[in-house]
Amino acid sequence: MSVEVESILAVESVGLLVHGPRIAAQISAPPARREGRDLGSELPVRLKVATFSVLRRCGAIAAFFAVWEIAPRLGLVERSLVPPFSEVATAWFRMLFSGELLVHLAASLVRSVGGFALAAAVAIPLGLAIGWSRVLSESLSPLLELFRNTAALALLPVFTLLLGIGEASKIALVTFACVWPILLNTISGVRNADPLLVKSARTMGVEGLALFRKVILPSSLPSIFVGLRISAAVSVLALVAAEMIGAKAGLGYLVQYAQFSFMVPEMFAGILTIALVGVLLNAIFAGLERRVTRWKPTTDRTI
Amino acid sequence: MSAGIPVAEGLASRRIIDSKTEAKIRLQGVGKTFQLRPEPGKSGEGKEFVAVQDITIDVREGEFLVLVGPSGCGKSTLLDLLAGLSRPTCGQILLDGKPIRGPGQDRGIVFQQYALFPWRTALQNIEFGLEAKGIPAKQRREVALHHLELVGLSQFAHRHPHELSGGMKQRVAIARSLAFDPEVLLMDEPFAALDAQSRENLQEELLKIWRKTGKTIVFITHGIDEAVFLGERVAVMTSRPGRIKAVVPIPEELHSACGDVRSRPDFGAVRHEIWTLLRDEVFAIPEGTPPARPITADNPRIIDSQEIVPHVR
Repeated sequence: MSVEVESILAVESVGLLVHGPRIAAQISAPPARREGRDLGSELPVRLKVATFSVLRRCGAIAAFFAVWEIAPRLGLVERSLVPPFSEVATAWFRMLFSGELLVHLAASLVRSVGGFALAAAVAIPLGLAIGWSRVLSESLSPLLELFRNTAALALLPVFTLLLGIGEASKIALVTFACVWPILLNTISGVRNADPLLVKSARTMGVEGLALFRKVILPSSLPSIFVGLRISAAVSVLALVAAEMIGAKAGLGYLVQYAQFSFMVPEMFAGILTIALVGVLLNAIFAGLERRVTRWKPTTDRTI
Repeated sequence: MSAGIPVAEGLASRRIIDSKTEAKIRLQGVGKTFQLRPEPGKSGEGKEFVAVQDITIDVREGEFLVLVGPSGCGKSTLLDLLAGLSRPTCGQILLDGKPIRGPGQDRGIVFQQYALFPWRTALQNIEFGLEAKGIPAKQRREVALHHLELVGLSQFAHRHPHELSGGMKQRVAIARSLAFDPEVLLMDEPFAALDAQSRENLQEELLKIWRKTGKTIVFITHGIDEAVFLGERVAVMTSRPGRIKAVVPIPEELHSACGDVRSRPDFGAVRHEIWTLLRDEVFAIPEGTPPARPITADNPRIIDSQEIVPHVR
């Protein structure tokens, strides 16, 4: 197995060595002639760096799928249990075009987005209030600590008892799981607001609600976004678990159902879709975060 | 005196009256004591810590007063009191004859660490105080642009603080404090975090702004050079508890002179006078503390080493 990986990586890097400079040279040639030597010698270097960075980012994923493709074909893993990636991809496209995938995707998204939005609507105002008010913080912290340490899935039977087996119990579960990261990050965002900025605002006559709106809120925004991003991932996790336990549609149900029916490529296709949803949600929130916190010094935001 | 004049009346008329009759800021026997936490293992209340004691000084309308003192002399405590962020334990602070009851826009504060709002651009930072004052958006923008120009940063209006150098940030902070037109500018070691070049530039610009606007400025520093260069009077403070040891008037020729003021012999003389006053404070050993380390280049925290070392040699 490890030999496989190495050889594939070797093929990858040979490809890079062969194609990288040539492409760079082709693209950079005209400006080099126009702009003189300085830029001409600089451009291929920059392009090479860019090419390398793209390959560095995509290389591991490409290698992973390549191993997935080759290992079953070589008989290193049981093909009926882990079909090659191309078969999974074929199944995925078939399900996409038949509309089957969309039905499950839509069912899941309604639940996870609904639960997530509800959690944000509850946790952000509550977190702001707890972070701001010492009394509220002292009186609610022990209870919140207890809730926070209750595994969300352990509550699924409770939600089912209270809300039935329909959508409500699943959305409630997602909401419960999503509340905590948002709540805790909002509280810490408010508490970590720079005291000097608060002081500075106060000396300019800004107090009370205006102080909160103009200083505390913007300075806790980055932290709130961290909470939202974590919760977006949590929403998918909690949802899939809930759907595996009891549902008639949804990606979690799809995976579970496919496994029971021994439709292995479909099962992997379902899992891949769940992963894609997670990646997409994260990308959306990362983009939103970048827009809202554009004033921050640039930091590494790849994770 | 100003107490009888409605606030709505123009600043100018009030200034004329005040400058003749009464101090702009009057500190009368001001003291501030903090209750320390009890030491571990001991019950009961902790010790009291006297940060500043019996500070009495008047600041004239339009005066540039510098407070200079070693670290821990309660400079920042005094600034908090002047800003109205805390109340004195004893004595009183009068602004235009009225005791200071809290923070307000009659005083603008410039902090050492700039305290700019990182999510606001330079222009929006300057507008902050104007928003609190309830000035309409269009007028806010005009006033902010004017003050940005005053500190020479018109081209950087839409930059965020992290895109500005330390010196630029402090210019924005000064512009912000001037924009809402306070009567007094309080500055807490504003140039201490800057490199020598930016510091000198900003000192000169501050003097220009002071002459142009006629604001009353209380400037806190631990640099003797800076104190002599900027102040009309320099109040030397003692350490632990902070008291005013002496008030040194700076000869007027130093401010009217052009060129390299710092190399003039009278500059050196005043500087040496303040240095001598301060040296006793720096070497004073408070009870129960280990002996103070001699002032060297690697121990600059006591007093700006640049300013002291040549004399020690």
